[in-house]
Amino acid sequence: MAGIAATPRYHRRRWRSHLATALSIGAAGFGLTWLVLILLVLVVKGVGGLSPSVFTEMTPPPGGAGGLLNPIMGSLMLTVLAVLLGTPLGMLAGTYMAEYGRYSKLTMVVRFINDILLSAPSIVIGLFVYEIMVARMGHFSGWAGVVALAIIVIPVVVRTTEDMLLLVPTALREASAALGVPQWLVIRHISYRAARAGIITGVLLAIARITGETAPLLFTALNNQFFSWNMNAPMASLPVVIFQFALSPYEDWQQLAWTGALLITATVLGLSIIARMLTSKKVLT
Amino acid sequence: MSLAIHTDMKEQAPAPVDAPALEAKVSVRRLSFYYGAYRALADNNVELYKNKVTAFIGPSGCGKSTLLRIINRIYDLYPNQRAEGEVLLDGENILRPKQDLNLLRAKVGMVFQKPTPFPMTIYDNIAFGVRLYEQLSKADLDARVEEALRRAALWDEAKDKLNASGLSLSGGQQQRLCIARTIAIKPEVILLDEPCSALDPISTAKIEELIDVLKRDYTIAIVTHNMQQAARTSDFTAFMYLGELIEVDETTRIFTNPKQQRTQDYITGRFG
Repeated sequence: MAGIAATPRYHRRRWRSHLATALSIGAAGFGLTWLVLILLVLVVKGVGGLSPSVFTEMTPPPGGAGGLLNPIMGSLMLTVLAVLLGTPLGMLAGTYMAEYGRYSKLTMVVRFINDILLSAPSIVIGLFVYEIMVARMGHFSGWAGVVALAIIVIPVVVRTTEDMLLLVPTALREASAALGVPQWLVIRHISYRAARAGIITGVLLAIARITGETAPLLFTALNNQFFSWNMNAPMASLPVVIFQFALSPYEDWQQLAWTGALLITATVLGLSIIARMLTSKKVLT
Repeated sequence: MSLAIHTDMKEQAPAPVDAPALEAKVSVRRLSFYYGAYRALADNNVELYKNKVTAFIGPSGCGKSTLLRIINRIYDLYPNQRAEGEVLLDGENILRPKQDLNLLRAKVGMVFQKPTPFPMTIYDNIAFGVRLYEQLSKADLDARVEEALRRAALWDEAKDKLNASGLSLSGGQQQRLCIARTIAIKPEVILLDEPCSALDPISTAKIEELIDVLKRDYTIAIVTHNMQQAARTSDFTAFMYLGELIEVDETTRIFTNPKQQRTQDYITGRFG
């Protein structure tokens, strides 16, 4: 401790450190400001429209009273089915890449393509599904929406599954192999268990991602003024209804759009918080 | 799976009831090993005798762990790693391509440097391996788990929390759990790769006592950086240097009257 004097060099370095800290805090604050403003506007404009009728009534014609029941149910069905379709595919691919094909060329190719898919504009995915499903079937449908959303889910799940499995210590795999455990059982009982929290987090993030997607649904599920269980027919969804209502000149539609936006944001926020809580625990639980 | 075990057993020569003083359980013949193009072991010969402890000593990077990792073919998990020569287990070459690796590893257990409890309960850590090979009733499985924990000197500490996570144990307890897990599936050979290097002296003493007990039933190989540990626990000691086995002999002789100058230099601390 003694003997080291506060030299000018030391002072300069300290000053630079303070400057860097201030800049980082400033940048974080700048980003947070807009986020808080967006949330505030959403809450202020959206809360007024929150009433039981939002969850019990269909979307109204202009000037009429109504709610968001059909788009809420539509979004739920589309999301749940897309996750059911995309998660197993994504997990299987991620498992291959981290466990079976860790050193193979195929894995490198798949990883590269998956990264492209991960950042592909969702409107492109919507157009793609429009071409291969909607155009051929001759009509918009819930199933087309499910496929479009699943294509968005898959790369997210592939990526997190691979990353989380790669985090499982090699020592754990060696220890299981050393007991004579076949590889598929090592993956099922050891790797998946050790990576569980991370993989679930990936799925939650994928859900959060597709909850607000509008573009792929515009080209696929389109919209529906009425409540419908029929996945072969056009289907309402919150993002598309918000898109339509927010752009309309009718005040009650605009109010419903704000309320719908608040609902989506709250859902995404909730999912993100749960995902955070899961990963903040140690990866190995 | 069980069929394969039975046929395999028939093929084995029956063990003599009165085992002679020295019976080779594992014979390493002209063994070389490559990490890609790099030759990590060159033309090694050594025997692991039944019911004896053989210690492998030598400076870091000399190939001790590599040699151990060949005996259960754990190196097979990685591409570009290759062994040449023969490793005979009860006279059969385990390096042959058609060797069933899972059956081999059930016979040749391994405990690693760092404790590696599975992310499951203490009970399941042990039952997991057993269930792969045997279909036991709940009572029999309970008995097997208890026996393994007792033999690994962990029963008294773990009996009241068998359903707690294996990760809740201390480092020394975790390592004994790994030993229990290994002996629960009744192997014939146990490979210990620096099993005490992450442990405090008390846990180390417990594991050394354990090795002394276990050798009554198993053939044991231990890699260690600690020469006192080699001297305390082993019957035979092999000194390795730069991928070669320099000298193998009875432990007392290696530590009192080695034939090779390099062995002498290493055990007296002149290098390594």
